[in-house]
Amino acid sequence: MSTEYEAVIGLEIHVQLSTRTKMFCGCELSFGDEPNVHTCPVCLALPGVLPVPNEKAVQYALQIGAALGCELSPVSTFDRKNYFYPDNPKAYQITQATYPFAVNGRLGEVRIHHAHLEEDAAKTIHTGGGGRISGSDASEVDFNRGGTPLVEIVTEPDLRSGAQVREWGQLLRATIRQLGVSDVNMEEGSLRCDANISVRPVGSDELGTKTELKNMNSFRFIERGIEAEVTRQKEVIAAGGEVEQETLHFDPSTGELHSLRSKEEAHDYRYLPEPDLVPVVPSPETLEMAKSSLPELPAARARRYEEIGVSGQAALLLSFEVEWAEYFEGVLEAGTGIDPRVAANWVTGELAAELRRQDDRPLAESKVGPAALATLINMVAEKKISHGSGKSVLEEMVSSGAEPESVVAEQGLEQISDSGELERIVIQAIEDNPKPAEQVRSGNEKAIGALVGAVMKATQGRADGGEVNRLLRQHLGL
Amino acid sequence: MIEREQVLHVARLSRLRLSDEEVDTLTGELSSVLDHVDKLAEVDIEGVEPTSHVLPLENVLRTDEPRPSLEREVALSQAPDPHDGAFRVPSPQAEA
Repeated sequence: MSTEYEAVIGLEIHVQLSTRTKMFCGCELSFGDEPNVHTCPVCLALPGVLPVPNEKAVQYALQIGAALGCELSPVSTFDRKNYFYPDNPKAYQITQATYPFAVNGRLGEVRIHHAHLEEDAAKTIHTGGGGRISGSDASEVDFNRGGTPLVEIVTEPDLRSGAQVREWGQLLRATIRQLGVSDVNMEEGSLRCDANISVRPVGSDELGTKTELKNMNSFRFIERGIEAEVTRQKEVIAAGGEVEQETLHFDPSTGELHSLRSKEEAHDYRYLPEPDLVPVVPSPETLEMAKSSLPELPAARARRYEEIGVSGQAALLLSFEVEWAEYFEGVLEAGTGIDPRVAANWVTGELAAELRRQDDRPLAESKVGPAALATLINMVAEKKISHGSGKSVLEEMVSSGAEPESVVAEQGLEQISDSGELERIVIQAIEDNPKPAEQVRSGNEKAIGALVGAVMKATQGRADGGEVNRLLRQHLGL
Repeated sequence: MIEREQVLHVARLSRLRLSDEEVDTLTGELSSVLDHVDKLAEVDIEGVEPTSHVLPLENVLRTDEPRPSLEREVALSQAPDPHDGAFRVPSPQAEA
């Protein structure tokens, strides 16, 4: 008897908000400064201080909630999450446990359970013992990060594979980036993702015992970590064992999973309402502004592009980065009658590849503007030059910034439009290559490739492939 | 009624080292605190909104304007073992 198991994955995503100051005090946010230069009695938890929430952080949080399609709470409150650790000088973190600011949302195929506001912990560096947490004898604490505003987004367990988590995570990141409320940079820690993972028999509604995979700094690693953990859990169950609840760390360099905390102490946070803070009650205007200020978000933009004929993959690529979307729309605007599907393929395909190939140049530094690319695309569409020539023109445009017309003229790439001339070349090619010609005549149509190649060589790629094919078939009696 | 085990558990979470006598005293004291709080359960709260705060206040917020932080020397002046501009503490793992 063999049971098929499926993975069930939910995510907890922490987003650092890009306000100027911390969540509960006026210390400036920074990244990469000397340790402990942005602290004050509040974020160091000196006795007798009181936190005051940052209004901007509340606004940003509401915008995130609105972008995730959540219901924005008319009243939200703060709670204390108690834990003893040097990254947390109060011995509790201020968070929202009971009444978060946003609930019941959805992004793409994943439901959002809720999103809440909280404060980030300080950075601890474990010294001695090689820097790894276990085996070190002292820690150094830098409170610059302590108190940074965070929005934690908690999904329902709607994800089923590491690859799906990566793709959805990228959509979430693009969505929040577009709001302009966070840098969402995983390497710098302004976007962090934990995954709760369990497995269950396919078709079952119950949830198995979950493990938590902590804090990975890229979606690729998260994908690999999840795949490794799902495989491990399936093996444990296949061997008749039981999955134990624990927190895991994935080491991308070895592909191994390590257990982090002992389970007996986990999740005993003794939450209680934060008596130092009064409820946040957003005014109807504030709530309305959070919703109406939303820019067009990636999921909606991708839908709009698909509706005008852009392929699904290209639509996603264009939607994730505003600058690519704007570039694409610039091409459509400049090129009258341009086919959006063709334009999207040039932008996400040929142009993106050429920029990557030439010094991995970002789009913002591209010497090829949308109008020049539109001209090139139209030259190909109108068969003034072949598609192959179009690519080499683009190569020159990317490297020198030249206009497509002048590159075409200079390199003599103008397509042979005189069909009499092309016909003579076709007849010559058939005479020069009697063997493939005979093969085609006797039914082996694939052999026509050799003849097309001969014509292209003779014309230096300046012939339209479709026309060459048509003339060859005509002269071979097909 | 609170058990001795629970007192030890909470003490451990709070990193408090308690003597046997202290555990006995606290077990009794915490029990009576809880009993006292339990009295609240006798009140009929049917239809009453949960109270999140006793003050009639809401939306006490500040604008996102930076204020001066402490000089680092001042921030570290009360630290028992500052090192390289950081607060140095015993490893949280070592004592666990």
